Amino acid sequence: MENITGTDLILACSAIGAGLAVIAGIGPGIGQGIAAGHAAAAVGRNPGAKGDITSTMLLGQAVAETTGLYGLLVALLLLFVKPLVP
Amino acid sequence: MEHEILMASGTDVDFMIHGLFSYELFGQTFWITTSHVCILIVMLILIGFALVVNRRMKRATKVPGTLQNIAELIVEKLDGMVHATMGKRGRGFANYIGTVFMFILVSNISGILGLRPPTADFGTTLPLGLITFFLIHITQFRYQRPKEIWEGMCSPLPAWLPIWLPINVISEIAVPISLSLRLFANVLSGTVIMALVYALLAKIAYGWPAVLHVYFDLFSGAIQTYVFCMLTMTYISNAMGDEA
Repeated sequence: MENITGTDLILACSAIGAGLAVIAGIGPGIGQGIAAGHAAAAVGRNPGAKGDITSTMLLGQAVAETTGLYGLLVALLLLFVKPLVP
Repeated sequence: MEHEILMASGTDVDFMIHGLFSYELFGQTFWITTSHVCILIVMLILIGFALVVNRRMKRATKVPGTLQNIAELIVEKLDGMVHATMGKRGRGFANYIGTVFMFILVSNISGILGLRPPTADFGTTLPLGLITFFLIHITQFRYQRPKEIWEGMCSPLPAWLPIWLPINVISEIAVPISLSLRLFANVLSGTVIMALVYALLAKIAYGWPAVLHVYFDLFSGAIQTYVFCMLTMTYISNAMGDEA
Protein backbone atom coordinates (compact mmCIF):
# COMPACT_ATOMS: atom_id res chain seq x y z
CA MET A 1 0.00 0.00 0.00
CA GLU A 2 2.95 2.36 0.52
CA ASN A 3 3.71 2.84 -3.16
CA ILE A 4 0.23 3.97 -4.19
CA THR A 5 0.59 7.55 -5.37
CA GLY A 6 -2.11 10.18 -5.32
CA THR A 7 -2.55 9.86 -9.08
CA ASP A 8 -3.16 6.13 -8.77
CA LEU A 9 -5.81 6.76 -6.15
CA ILE A 10 -7.51 9.35 -8.36
CA LEU A 11 -7.47 6.95 -11.33
CA ALA A 12 -8.97 4.15 -9.24
CA CYS A 13 -11.68 6.44 -7.90
CA SER A 14 -12.34 7.70 -11.43
CA ALA A 15 -12.92 4.11 -12.55
CA ILE A 16 -15.36 3.55 -9.68
CA GLY A 17 -17.06 6.83 -10.51
CA ALA A 18 -17.36 5.81 -14.15
CA GLY A 19 -19.00 2.57 -13.08
CA LEU A 20 -21.43 4.48 -10.88
CA ALA A 21 -22.18 6.96 -13.65
CA VAL A 22 -23.39 4.33 -16.11
CA ILE A 23 -26.01 3.22 -13.57
CA ALA A 24 -27.88 6.11 -15.22
CA GLY A 25 -28.66 3.56 -17.93
CA ILE A 26 -31.37 2.03 -15.74
CA GLY A 27 -33.69 5.01 -16.23
CA PRO A 28 -33.78 5.07 -20.03
CA GLY A 29 -34.06 1.28 -20.02
CA ILE A 30 -37.25 1.39 -17.98
CA GLY A 31 -38.56 4.39 -19.90
CA GLN A 32 -37.94 2.89 -23.31
CA GLY A 33 -39.52 -0.36 -22.19
CA ILE A 34 -42.65 1.46 -21.07
CA ALA A 35 -42.79 3.36 -24.36
CA ALA A 36 -42.37 0.14 -26.39
CA GLY A 37 -45.03 -1.63 -24.30
CA HIS A 38 -47.56 1.12 -24.80
CA ALA A 39 -46.73 1.28 -28.50
CA ALA A 40 -47.34 -2.47 -28.78
CA ALA A 41 -50.68 -2.04 -27.01
CA ALA A 42 -51.57 0.83 -29.34
CA VAL A 43 -50.72 -1.26 -32.42
CA GLY A 44 -52.90 -4.02 -30.97
CA ARG A 45 -55.83 -1.65 -30.66
CA ASN A 46 -55.31 0.11 -33.98
CA PRO A 47 -53.12 -1.89 -36.40
CA GLY A 48 -53.77 0.62 -39.17
CA ALA A 49 -51.72 3.32 -37.42
CA LYS A 50 -48.61 1.13 -37.11
CA GLY A 51 -46.33 3.49 -39.04
CA ASP A 52 -47.25 6.59 -37.06
CA ILE A 53 -47.04 4.75 -33.75
CA THR A 54 -43.63 3.32 -34.59
CA SER A 55 -42.13 6.66 -35.58
CA THR A 56 -43.58 8.40 -32.52
CA MET A 57 -42.27 5.62 -30.29
CA LEU A 58 -38.78 5.81 -31.79
CA LEU A 59 -38.70 9.60 -31.41
CA GLY A 60 -39.77 9.40 -27.78
CA GLN A 61 -37.32 6.61 -27.02
CA ALA A 62 -34.45 8.50 -28.60
CA VAL A 63 -35.25 11.54 -26.47
CA ALA A 64 -35.56 9.39 -23.35
CA GLU A 65 -32.20 7.83 -24.15
CA THR A 66 -30.48 11.19 -23.68
CA THR A 67 -30.24 10.99 -19.89
CA GLY A 68 -28.57 7.61 -20.10
CA LEU A 69 -26.15 8.98 -22.65
CA TYR A 70 -25.24 11.80 -20.28
CA GLY A 71 -24.22 9.14 -17.77
CA LEU A 72 -22.21 7.39 -20.46
CA LEU A 73 -20.50 10.67 -21.36
CA VAL A 74 -19.55 11.26 -17.75
CA ALA A 75 -18.12 7.74 -17.57
CA LEU A 76 -16.13 8.19 -20.78
CA LEU A 77 -14.82 11.57 -19.62
CA LEU A 78 -13.71 10.08 -16.29
CA LEU A 79 -12.01 7.14 -17.98
CA PHE A 80 -10.35 8.68 -21.01
CA VAL A 81 -10.10 12.45 -20.54
CA LYS A 82 -9.15 12.10 -16.83
CA PRO A 83 -10.23 15.59 -15.72
CA LEU A 84 -9.38 14.96 -12.07
CA VAL A 85 -5.75 13.96 -12.58
CA PRO A 86 -3.61 17.02 -11.84
CA MET B 1 1.37 10.07 -40.98
CA GLU B 2 1.54 8.86 -37.42
CA HIS B 3 -2.01 7.56 -37.12
CA GLU B 4 -4.23 5.90 -39.64
CA ILE B 5 -7.46 7.53 -40.72
CA LEU B 6 -9.24 4.21 -40.75
CA MET B 7 -10.36 2.74 -37.48
CA ALA B 8 -9.62 -0.87 -36.57
CA SER B 9 -6.18 -0.49 -38.07
CA GLY B 10 -4.28 -0.96 -34.82
CA THR B 11 -4.41 -3.62 -32.16
CA ASP B 12 -4.87 -1.34 -29.13
CA VAL B 13 -8.14 0.24 -28.05
CA ASP B 14 -8.26 3.45 -30.03
CA PHE B 15 -11.34 5.52 -30.68
CA MET B 16 -9.87 8.96 -30.07
CA ILE B 17 -9.60 11.83 -32.51
CA HIS B 18 -6.01 12.24 -33.67
CA GLY B 19 -4.35 15.41 -34.82
CA LEU B 20 -2.73 15.01 -38.22
CA PHE B 21 -0.81 18.28 -38.38
CA SER B 22 -0.99 21.62 -36.64
CA TYR B 23 -0.61 25.23 -37.69
CA GLU B 24 -0.29 28.54 -35.87
CA LEU B 25 -2.89 31.26 -36.34
CA PHE B 26 -3.13 34.43 -34.20
CA GLY B 27 -0.88 32.86 -31.59
CA GLN B 28 -3.13 29.79 -31.22
CA THR B 29 -2.29 26.28 -32.28
CA PHE B 30 -4.94 24.67 -34.46
CA TRP B 31 -5.01 21.03 -35.40
CA ILE B 32 -6.24 19.36 -38.54
CA THR B 33 -7.70 16.17 -37.10
CA THR B 34 -9.06 12.91 -38.45
CA SER B 35 -12.54 14.42 -38.04
CA HIS B 36 -11.74 17.06 -40.65
CA VAL B 37 -10.55 14.41 -43.07
CA CYS B 38 -13.65 12.30 -42.47
CA ILE B 39 -15.94 15.33 -42.95
CA LEU B 40 -14.08 16.01 -46.19
CA ILE B 41 -14.69 12.44 -47.35
CA VAL B 42 -18.39 12.69 -46.44
CA MET B 43 -18.63 16.01 -48.27
CA LEU B 44 -16.92 14.57 -51.33
CA ILE B 45 -19.38 11.66 -51.36
CA LEU B 46 -22.35 14.03 -51.11
CA ILE B 47 -20.99 16.51 -53.66
CA GLY B 48 -20.16 13.70 -56.06
CA PHE B 49 -23.65 12.27 -55.70
CA ALA B 50 -25.16 15.72 -56.20
CA LEU B 51 -23.11 16.38 -59.35
CA VAL B 52 -23.98 13.00 -60.86
CA VAL B 53 -27.67 13.46 -60.06
CA ASN B 54 -27.59 17.01 -61.41
CA ARG B 55 -26.16 15.83 -64.73
CA ARG B 56 -28.74 13.06 -64.88
CA MET B 57 -31.67 15.33 -64.01
CA LYS B 58 -30.78 17.74 -66.84
CA ARG B 59 -31.97 15.08 -69.24
CA ALA B 60 -34.74 13.80 -67.00
CA THR B 61 -37.19 11.46 -68.64
CA LYS B 62 -40.87 11.10 -67.97
CA VAL B 63 -40.45 7.47 -66.99
CA PRO B 64 -37.56 7.76 -64.51
CA GLY B 65 -34.49 5.58 -64.71
CA THR B 66 -32.71 4.14 -61.67
CA LEU B 67 -30.73 7.21 -60.62
CA GLN B 68 -33.57 9.61 -61.31
CA ASN B 69 -35.86 7.36 -59.33
CA ILE B 70 -33.51 7.36 -56.33
CA ALA B 71 -33.07 11.13 -56.41
CA GLU B 72 -36.81 11.75 -56.73
CA LEU B 73 -37.48 9.31 -53.90
CA ILE B 74 -35.02 11.10 -51.57
CA VAL B 75 -36.40 14.56 -52.34
CA GLU B 76 -40.00 13.40 -52.11
CA LYS B 77 -39.48 11.67 -48.76
CA LEU B 78 -37.65 14.66 -47.25
CA ASP B 79 -40.27 17.12 -48.53
CA GLY B 80 -43.02 14.86 -47.23
CA MET B 81 -41.37 14.62 -43.81
CA VAL B 82 -41.00 18.40 -43.54
CA HIS B 83 -44.54 18.97 -44.75
CA ALA B 84 -46.01 16.43 -42.34
CA THR B 85 -44.27 18.01 -39.34
CA MET B 86 -44.29 21.71 -40.10
CA GLY B 87 -47.27 22.10 -42.38
CA LYS B 88 -47.46 24.56 -45.25
CA ARG B 89 -45.23 27.18 -43.62
CA GLY B 90 -42.32 24.76 -43.41
CA ARG B 91 -41.64 24.62 -47.15
CA GLY B 92 -38.70 27.01 -46.94
CA PHE B 93 -37.05 24.90 -44.29
CA ALA B 94 -36.99 21.77 -46.46
CA ASN B 95 -33.60 22.86 -47.84
CA TYR B 96 -31.97 23.10 -44.43
CA ILE B 97 -33.60 19.97 -43.07
CA GLY B 98 -32.72 17.99 -46.19
CA THR B 99 -29.09 19.13 -46.13
CA VAL B 100 -28.68 18.37 -42.44
CA PHE B 101 -30.44 15.03 -42.85
CA MET B 102 -28.18 13.86 -45.65
CA PHE B 103 -25.02 15.14 -43.97
CA ILE B 104 -25.76 13.50 -40.62
CA LEU B 105 -26.97 10.30 -42.25
CA VAL B 106 -23.87 9.85 -44.40
CA SER B 107 -21.66 10.87 -41.47
CA ASN B 108 -23.23 8.28 -39.18
CA ILE B 109 -23.14 5.58 -41.82
CA SER B 110 -19.50 6.34 -42.67
CA GLY B 111 -18.57 4.15 -39.70
CA ILE B 112 -19.40 1.24 -41.98
CA LEU B 113 -16.65 2.35 -44.37
CA GLY B 114 -14.18 2.09 -41.49
CA LEU B 115 -14.00 5.83 -40.95
CA ARG B 116 -14.39 7.40 -37.53
CA PRO B 117 -17.83 9.01 -37.92
CA PRO B 118 -17.40 12.82 -37.96
CA THR B 119 -20.52 13.15 -35.80
CA ALA B 120 -18.65 11.31 -33.01
CA ASP B 121 -16.78 14.60 -32.55
CA PHE B 122 -18.49 17.22 -30.40
CA GLY B 123 -16.90 19.85 -32.63
CA THR B 124 -19.13 18.66 -35.46
CA THR B 125 -22.42 18.28 -33.62
CA LEU B 126 -22.25 21.51 -31.59
CA PRO B 127 -22.26 23.70 -34.74
CA LEU B 128 -25.27 21.73 -36.01
CA GLY B 129 -27.06 22.36 -32.71
CA LEU B 130 -26.09 26.04 -32.78
CA ILE B 131 -27.38 26.48 -36.34
CA THR B 132 -30.70 25.03 -35.21
CA PHE B 133 -30.67 27.28 -32.13
CA PHE B 134 -30.19 30.47 -34.18
CA LEU B 135 -32.72 29.27 -36.74
CA ILE B 136 -35.30 28.78 -33.97
CA HIS B 137 -34.84 32.28 -32.61
CA ILE B 138 -34.63 34.03 -35.97
CA THR B 139 -37.87 32.27 -36.92
CA GLN B 140 -39.40 33.31 -33.62
CA PHE B 141 -38.58 36.98 -34.27
CA ARG B 142 -39.87 36.75 -37.81
CA TYR B 143 -43.22 35.20 -36.96
CA GLN B 144 -44.04 36.59 -33.51
CA ARG B 145 -44.21 40.09 -32.10
CA PRO B 146 -41.80 40.97 -29.24
CA LYS B 147 -44.74 41.13 -26.82
CA GLU B 148 -45.74 37.56 -27.64
CA ILE B 149 -42.16 36.38 -27.21
CA TRP B 150 -41.94 38.09 -23.81
CA GLU B 151 -45.24 36.47 -22.76
CA GLY B 152 -43.94 33.12 -23.97
CA MET B 153 -40.76 33.51 -21.96
CA CYS B 154 -42.72 34.30 -18.76
CA SER B 155 -45.05 31.51 -19.78
CA PRO B 156 -46.79 29.94 -16.76
CA LEU B 157 -47.05 33.26 -14.90
CA PRO B 158 -48.54 36.51 -16.25
CA ALA B 159 -46.27 38.77 -18.31
CA TRP B 160 -45.86 41.45 -15.61
CA LEU B 161 -44.34 38.92 -13.18
CA PRO B 162 -41.14 37.57 -14.81
CA ILE B 163 -40.14 35.20 -12.01
CA TRP B 164 -40.18 32.23 -14.36
CA LEU B 165 -38.02 34.03 -16.92
CA PRO B 166 -34.59 32.67 -15.85
CA ILE B 167 -35.83 29.09 -15.94
CA ASN B 168 -37.26 29.55 -19.43
CA VAL B 169 -34.01 31.15 -20.58
CA ILE B 170 -32.06 28.17 -19.23
CA SER B 171 -34.37 25.75 -21.01
CA GLU B 172 -33.86 27.69 -24.26
CA ILE B 173 -30.08 27.49 -23.84
CA ALA B 174 -30.35 23.78 -23.09
CA VAL B 175 -31.85 23.11 -26.53
CA PRO B 176 -28.67 23.21 -28.66
CA ILE B 177 -26.65 21.50 -25.92
CA SER B 178 -29.03 18.58 -25.58
CA LEU B 179 -29.52 18.30 -29.36
CA SER B 180 -25.81 18.13 -30.05
CA LEU B 181 -24.92 15.98 -27.03
CA ARG B 182 -27.60 13.43 -27.94
CA LEU B 183 -26.26 12.95 -31.45
CA PHE B 184 -22.63 13.02 -30.28
CA ALA B 185 -23.08 10.54 -27.43
CA ASN B 186 -25.10 8.09 -29.51
CA VAL B 187 -22.59 7.94 -32.33
CA LEU B 188 -19.68 7.96 -29.88
CA SER B 189 -21.10 5.01 -27.93
CA GLY B 190 -21.37 2.98 -31.13
CA THR B 191 -17.84 3.96 -32.11
CA VAL B 192 -16.47 3.01 -28.69
CA ILE B 193 -18.15 -0.38 -28.74
CA MET B 194 -16.92 -1.12 -32.26
CA ALA B 195 -13.39 -0.06 -31.29
CA LEU B 196 -13.53 -2.31 -28.22
CA VAL B 197 -14.72 -5.27 -30.31
CA TYR B 198 -12.04 -4.79 -32.92
CA ALA B 199 -9.23 -4.21 -30.43
CA LEU B 200 -9.99 -6.66 -27.62
CA LEU B 201 -11.48 -9.47 -29.72
CA ALA B 202 -9.02 -8.95 -32.57
CA LYS B 203 -8.31 -12.69 -32.85
CA ILE B 204 -11.92 -13.73 -33.45
CA ALA B 205 -13.42 -10.55 -34.91
CA TYR B 206 -14.00 -11.83 -38.43
CA GLY B 207 -17.30 -11.38 -40.18
CA TRP B 208 -19.69 -11.26 -37.27
CA PRO B 209 -18.96 -7.63 -36.26
CA ALA B 210 -20.92 -6.79 -39.42
CA VAL B 211 -24.07 -7.48 -37.39
CA LEU B 212 -22.96 -4.91 -34.82
CA HIS B 213 -22.21 -2.47 -37.65
CA VAL B 214 -25.75 -2.89 -38.94
CA TYR B 215 -27.12 -2.00 -35.50
CA PHE B 216 -24.73 0.73 -34.37
CA ASP B 217 -24.06 2.41 -37.70
CA LEU B 218 -27.11 1.83 -39.88
CA PHE B 219 -29.99 1.52 -37.40
CA SER B 220 -28.79 3.81 -34.63
CA GLY B 221 -27.36 6.31 -37.10
CA ALA B 222 -30.57 6.52 -39.10
CA ILE B 223 -32.69 6.85 -35.96
CA GLN B 224 -30.51 9.63 -34.56
CA THR B 225 -30.59 11.45 -37.90
CA TYR B 226 -34.37 11.23 -37.91
CA VAL B 227 -34.56 12.39 -34.30
CA PHE B 228 -32.26 15.37 -34.88
CA CYS B 229 -34.25 16.55 -37.89
CA MET B 230 -37.58 15.84 -36.20
CA LEU B 231 -36.66 17.83 -33.10
CA THR B 232 -35.29 20.68 -35.21
CA MET B 233 -38.56 20.83 -37.13
CA THR B 234 -40.65 20.64 -33.96
CA TYR B 235 -38.73 23.46 -32.29
CA ILE B 236 -38.93 25.64 -35.39
CA SER B 237 -42.64 25.10 -35.87
CA ASN B 238 -43.16 25.86 -32.16
CA ALA B 239 -41.23 29.09 -32.67
CA MET B 240 -43.55 30.02 -35.53
CA GLY B 241 -46.44 30.21 -33.10
CA ASP B 242 -50.05 29.49 -33.92
CA GLU B 243 -51.17 29.36 -37.51
CA ALA B 244 -52.41 32.81 -38.45
